[in-house]
Amino acid sequence: MVENIFVGFAEWLRSLLAAAGLPALFGDIVLMIVKVAGILAFIAISVLWIVYMERKMAAYFQARIGPNRVGPRGLLQTAADMGKLISKEIIIPRAADKIVFLLMPVLIFVPSLLLFAVVPFGKNMIAVDLNVGVFYFFAVASVSTIIFWAGGWASANKYALIGAMRAVAQMISYEVPMVLAILGVIMIVGSMKMSDIINAQQNVWFIFTQPVAFIIYVIAATAETNRTPFDLLEGESEIIAGPFIEYGGMGFAMWFLAEYANLILVSVLATTLFLGGWLAPFGLTFIPSWVWFLLKIYFMIWVFMWFRWTYPRIRVDQLMNFGWKVLVPLSLANIFVTGIGMFIYRAIGW
Amino acid sequence: MLSDGGAIFIFLVGALVFAAGGIITSFLVHPRRSTQVKLDTYECGPRTIGPTWVQFRVQYFLYALIFLIFDVETIYLYPWAVKFQALGLFAFVEMIIFILILVVGLWYAWKEGALRWM
Repeated sequence: MVENIFVGFAEWLRSLLAAAGLPALFGDIVLMIVKVAGILAFIAISVLWIVYMERKMAAYFQARIGPNRVGPRGLLQTAADMGKLISKEIIIPRAADKIVFLLMPVLIFVPSLLLFAVVPFGKNMIAVDLNVGVFYFFAVASVSTIIFWAGGWASANKYALIGAMRAVAQMISYEVPMVLAILGVIMIVGSMKMSDIINAQQNVWFIFTQPVAFIIYVIAATAETNRTPFDLLEGESEIIAGPFIEYGGMGFAMWFLAEYANLILVSVLATTLFLGGWLAPFGLTFIPSWVWFLLKIYFMIWVFMWFRWTYPRIRVDQLMNFGWKVLVPLSLANIFVTGIGMFIYRAIGW
Repeated sequence: MLSDGGAIFIFLVGALVFAAGGIITSFLVHPRRSTQVKLDTYECGPRTIGPTWVQFRVQYFLYALIFLIFDVETIYLYPWAVKFQALGLFAFVEMIIFILILVVGLWYAWKEGALRWM
């Protein structure tokens, strides 16, 4: 019953539209718009909650209380912040490239929402089950590198330019090990479809068969989402928020929203590829699949937050050396070992 | 039937409408008290000196070049990984040789100091 609440709603809506005598294509389009609206609501609520969670967790890590004034236990703090940001004046610096400067906060959110199209929220709860799911994920995710750079460049601020350059260097460097690490999973599954990858984990989650890939993925994902210890492009104490430095009000809010949406997305991919997606562990199937999925992504988000408040920021040379001289060879070795391992596995014939 | 591309297009339009809607809403409600000082480039107080859009260090470009090689490699690796179980040992050895050529390239870049942050 609870398991199929969303799937049932979609079926009900489709049959309603079909009963009204509308063509199937129209029904599909309406259904897809409803899905987009639902996902947007999910992102907005999740981001408001995750920002609150991050601030509260930071406070507890540092033996503070954290936000506790607006609403019960400070729960409405981020909603109030959002209202404040909307009502702030949008200032476009005199020196800035005005069109690009205003366009980039709009565009930065586009890859994030496009990626949510292939997120398997639960059993049969995937908006568009592309046959190139994982590949699509990386292809679209890498677009945000250009948007980061363009935003920083258009600000015509020296800190912003340094931050933008660092963003490009860091995001492209860590994309290589990330993409190569996932290859091991694809080799085992033999498909890039999100639903196939989850179904292949019925017996054993890939975190147990591909532990090295999981570790590489988590490190690279931390760098891709620009979170501490890899937050060099923001580095509040040296370059004052990097590419976002000149953005205020709603422009800043969009960058922030996209950043936290990306945090959800990397957690989603970690869950889908390594933690069994919406599959219930230990046969606890009475809990709906989408609840399991949310629990797992919130666990991953919690891990990323734990990293943030545990490790200090690393230097640029350490960042690049670690990416190219440790993670890339390690991920290539992982492909090799996975291939050999699969041949041995088949030869033994388990 | 709505094709996959069409569904992705609806997502694209949805994202643009949402993000642009946020900015436009802000434009409708935000106060307008602009002064010349507000429009200055922010640099912790002092005036910014010299042009901002200058030539940047070449190091970033070298990393971008190596990235390009590996990113193109990925395009070949993913289809191979999907068909890995069906293709058998021959394709595996072939791909190992392909990766080795790239590893030699990485090793050369490493040796020549392209990966050294100066």
